[in-house]
Amino acid sequence: MRGLIEEDYTTKEGEFVINIGPQHPSTHGVLHLKVWLNGETIIKIQPHLGYIHRSIEKMSERLSYRNFIFATSRMDYLAAHINNEACALAVEKGLQIEATPRAKVVRTILSELTRLSSHQLWWASTGLDLGAVTPFFYAFREREAILDIMDETCGARLTQNYMVPGGLMNDIHPNFQKRTKEVLKQIKEKFKEYDDILTGNVIFINRTKGVGYLSKEDALSYGVTGPTARASGLSCDIRKWAPYSAYPSVDFEEILDTEGDSYSRYLIRMKEMKQSVSIIEQLIDNIPEGDFQEKTKNVIKLPKGEFYQRVETPRGELGVYIVSEGMSSPYRIKYRSPNFSNLSVLPTIAKGYKIGDLVAIMATIDLVIPDIDR
Amino acid sequence: MNNEEFKIYLHSLLPEAVFVETGEFLEIQIASDKLFPFLENIKISENTSFDYLFCLTCIDRIDKFEMVYHLLSKTHKHILVVKSIISDYQNPETETVCNLWKTAEFHEREVFDLFGIKFKNHPDLRRIFLDDNWNGYPLRKNYIDPNMIEL
Repeated sequence: MRGLIEEDYTTKEGEFVINIGPQHPSTHGVLHLKVWLNGETIIKIQPHLGYIHRSIEKMSERLSYRNFIFATSRMDYLAAHINNEACALAVEKGLQIEATPRAKVVRTILSELTRLSSHQLWWASTGLDLGAVTPFFYAFREREAILDIMDETCGARLTQNYMVPGGLMNDIHPNFQKRTKEVLKQIKEKFKEYDDILTGNVIFINRTKGVGYLSKEDALSYGVTGPTARASGLSCDIRKWAPYSAYPSVDFEEILDTEGDSYSRYLIRMKEMKQSVSIIEQLIDNIPEGDFQEKTKNVIKLPKGEFYQRVETPRGELGVYIVSEGMSSPYRIKYRSPNFSNLSVLPTIAKGYKIGDLVAIMATIDLVIPDIDR
Repeated sequence: MNNEEFKIYLHSLLPEAVFVETGEFLEIQIASDKLFPFLENIKISENTSFDYLFCLTCIDRIDKFEMVYHLLSKTHKHILVVKSIISDYQNPETETVCNLWKTAEFHEREVFDLFGIKFKNHPDLRRIFLDDNWNGYPLRKNYIDPNMIEL
């Protein structure tokens, strides 16, 4: 039992310590929080990590440049596609090639579909955490449709592994464009339903508005990224800061807010979903003809050097840092995962709020634990 | 500032620093004992204002360690990679940067956990992923997993 025996549970009079997790539903995975309370007020939080640490970084040092990509699907499993893309882009940087124009556009469409499905799952579970069961069924109706597209084209619903250095593994399915347009139409109709059931709901607003305030300075200092940071007014969208794939050619907005509370983080994600729909609409009819994959050697060897690729996942900035010594597998690989930094701010923003608010704060930070543990 | 001007400016701060320009970002290599004052300087100075530490990691080079700091300035939009060598492999130590960027607190705990580098003045230096009584540091190149079976 890690950290439960040796550590101090000393408290002042009137204070006590409770352990939330590692098997608590509101932690969305095996996260263990040790919470010091005074009555219902949170005094201090200590996260305990590593319950599903699989040492993907160490494993990758023995895998080839084609194989290590697959391990990253298991990091942020809700954005497996974007993780794969980050690795493929990093390897392409080392090889000094670019994906084909067709692959670039398809990658971007799939990335945005991933973002939509990830935000939908977040929306579903946020509702569930705060006592509303219906959103779960609403969101999964559309999410299933997106996953079916993934299934048809990539051959998998969650861990796609569709990106390879140089482009895509296969060409897209003939139905891809038609079905994507159908799903977009369906999603756009349902946005109003989403807003009706949760966004304007008085109970929901009371539980999230003014809860878990994160200042812009803290967000920057703690390295918080993604919608969580943008709700505090910190511009950090990698799609704007360092555009990759087909993002330079599409027109979209980086959604910013200045409130910094849980409700504002909620609104940012709701607006981002609409932006994602708009990005896909701009690209879906303009997929260029041509090869889906640039030709690469069977055994990829990167030249000696260091390659860093940043991408925007639904939860923030993912960095892939490859150190190569000229061999067929990386000498050192580091994943700068968004959730790891986003979690580090939790003890600061939850301090002083009630224990019930902690659930709302965790839900709107949108943590995925395998990405923290790697 | 473009890369050339930037190099001249950094050179004036620290004349003995070595620049590497082979990678995507400008890289500067400095001695371990000069690291903290230098980082503090480029964070506070208005000319550079590196307010965002987006990656902190370590590389095991068999006989020494290499600390790598990826820095970005939100105002000037430039990126700098700072590297410093820790030559004492048996008892590696370096100064913490927690009080400059708070994100370093978790990242340094990770480096401590997996590489065994001690960060001086770190507020809470404990293992982050592994058990407290774990033997060895897994990301070191000479680490042998006691449970691994060679085929």
